[in-house]
Amino acid sequence: MRAMLKGIAASDGVACGRVYRFVEPDLTVKKRTITNLDYELNRFHQALEAAVSEVETIETRATKSLGADGAQVFSAHRAMLQDPDVIAATETKIKTEHVNAEVAFATVMNDFAQSFLATDNALTKERTSDVHDVVKRVTAHLLGVNLPNLALLKEPVVVVTHDLNPSDTVSAASKYILGFVTDLGGRTSHSSILARSLNIPAVVGTQTGTQTLMDGDSVIVNGSTGSVVMDPDQAELDTAKQAMLDRIANMKRLATLRNHTTTSRDGVGVTLAANMGTASDIPNVLHNGAEAVGLMRTEFLYMDSEQLPTEDEQFATYRQVLEKLAPRPVVIRTLDIGGDKPLPYLHQKQEANPFLGARAIRQSLAHQNIFRSQLRALLRASAYGNLRIMFPMIATLDEFRQAKAIYDDERSKLTTARVPMGKIQVGMMVEVPAAAMLADRFAHEVDFMSIGTNDLIGYTMAADRTNQDVSYLYQPYHPAILRLVQRIITAGHAAGIPVAMCGEMAGDPIAVPLLLGMGLDEFSMGAGSILKTRQLISQLNAKDLQGLVESAVNSADTSQDVITMVQAAVPDLPQA
Amino acid sequence: MEKREFRVTAETGIHARPATLLVQAASKFNSEVSLQYQDKSVNLKSIMGVMSLGVGQNASITITTDGDDEADAMNAVAETLKKEGLSD
Repeated sequence: MRAMLKGIAASDGVACGRVYRFVEPDLTVKKRTITNLDYELNRFHQALEAAVSEVETIETRATKSLGADGAQVFSAHRAMLQDPDVIAATETKIKTEHVNAEVAFATVMNDFAQSFLATDNALTKERTSDVHDVVKRVTAHLLGVNLPNLALLKEPVVVVTHDLNPSDTVSAASKYILGFVTDLGGRTSHSSILARSLNIPAVVGTQTGTQTLMDGDSVIVNGSTGSVVMDPDQAELDTAKQAMLDRIANMKRLATLRNHTTTSRDGVGVTLAANMGTASDIPNVLHNGAEAVGLMRTEFLYMDSEQLPTEDEQFATYRQVLEKLAPRPVVIRTLDIGGDKPLPYLHQKQEANPFLGARAIRQSLAHQNIFRSQLRALLRASAYGNLRIMFPMIATLDEFRQAKAIYDDERSKLTTARVPMGKIQVGMMVEVPAAAMLADRFAHEVDFMSIGTNDLIGYTMAADRTNQDVSYLYQPYHPAILRLVQRIITAGHAAGIPVAMCGEMAGDPIAVPLLLGMGLDEFSMGAGSILKTRQLISQLNAKDLQGLVESAVNSADTSQDVITMVQAAVPDLPQA
Repeated sequence: MEKREFRVTAETGIHARPATLLVQAASKFNSEVSLQYQDKSVNLKSIMGVMSLGVGQNASITITTDGDDEADAMNAVAETLKKEGLSD
């Protein structure tokens, strides 16, 4: 038996290759007194030159994969490295204070970063992160350590890292990434969602991956089983390579569907949409042929920050998303936060039961200043694309009416101020069973409904799927869930409004035939599932599936009954 | 020495992207090029200096060029401001 590292299966498929450690080296700097000034100045200039040439490489790569706009940040980095005032100030510091180049450069740059923060320009404030990136790069060169960067990859590798951050611009480098192994994270963490959207096999949460795996080690990553085989033998490698080639061939076949619309074999058209967690998901959404965005979360704006994001900061992000995705409709969900994901700067109360507590719309209605600033940012951004606004966790009509009234109030204020705005649909997420039961009443007051299955299943089965003792109760195909889903779709159609689904269930091959048979209008899922689902739907006859729906909803006793029925009705169903 | 005043029309002001382009334009010339905003004046060849001003929409800025190619430098900067939709 080979040495094996166990983790969580986060993104399907097998990959084999050499390890590339994407681990930040120790960049701790000690202040030293310099005696040989010329030597120190020379060292500084050499580090700057090396950093410039590295950034140029990254810039060229990024221009190719993201276009000039996407690479723009790197021309800013280059300008920072070549800034005559920074160079002069650093030289002066070295000469007069006799400090080492690492300390001199970092001090000069950090002073500027402080002045960025003191301005009123939201976009300038955000750029302090670029200043830190530039300081890191120069420091690494001065210390003679390698600062790994995915944009510098020249050959396909297995990336081993602590955890991926949204800022790691993984998408641009994805063609050189065979697989991921991370120390941290679970199936729903950023790393996992990203890996799935890029269709790259991933094993997350290995705890010790970065300690055990060294640059150049040969490994097999199995993202379906959650295992990493270290130093595999030839037979294992051969099997893994074949599996990898098969998967790549299949992906190429799917890629031909990228610019197609989605239609069943008998001509029923539906919309396949993507879920997004941050603005950096945009290239993936486009790459995977999404026809819309069915759920854009906004939590990242609040969680990646140490204070409430300003209206202008939010506006800039929403505008960017809407512009880049236009003319596609983009459903942006207002803040879905609560006791389970506390924001330190909000000083929320500790709750015994945060999932049943003051979260999402309940929190928004209780703290209207936060809600109103988000709505104003959204309203202003609506002029730049096709915006839909969705309120999360609506349980009662009163809540929806109250939220809608606040929206109308902000809209009329902006109209008076002659702020340009687009047409906006305002809808709700149906994820509380009470709202599902009353969907027919809601349907007359909302522009659209979107079924949030992750929470709807959790609240209906009264089980937390992240709790391993009860996660078996997370059963998307359970007849009780199917009855609720059908009820919502029927209610929406009776009132003449579209019904979408934005949980994981929408891209699940067992659920898709049932949802198509029920008449669901829009399926929103992780971008990585879109092409597979488009292919699946193109092979299904929507009319034939009505019989399947009828028996699954009315005469199945268990989740397993439903699975058996779907498999009998649709032979050759792909694996989930 | 040439001196010209501009009003910043771009909604997002002079942030990283326009600052980079202005610096690139100014750096092509021998002349000293400076940007004055409120009571602060910075070297327009220094991106860190330009960004530290955080120039926002409707700000009034003054560009000064001084040197053997001051006229060309002024034209290049004005051209960039116009092309990027920063100023009329």
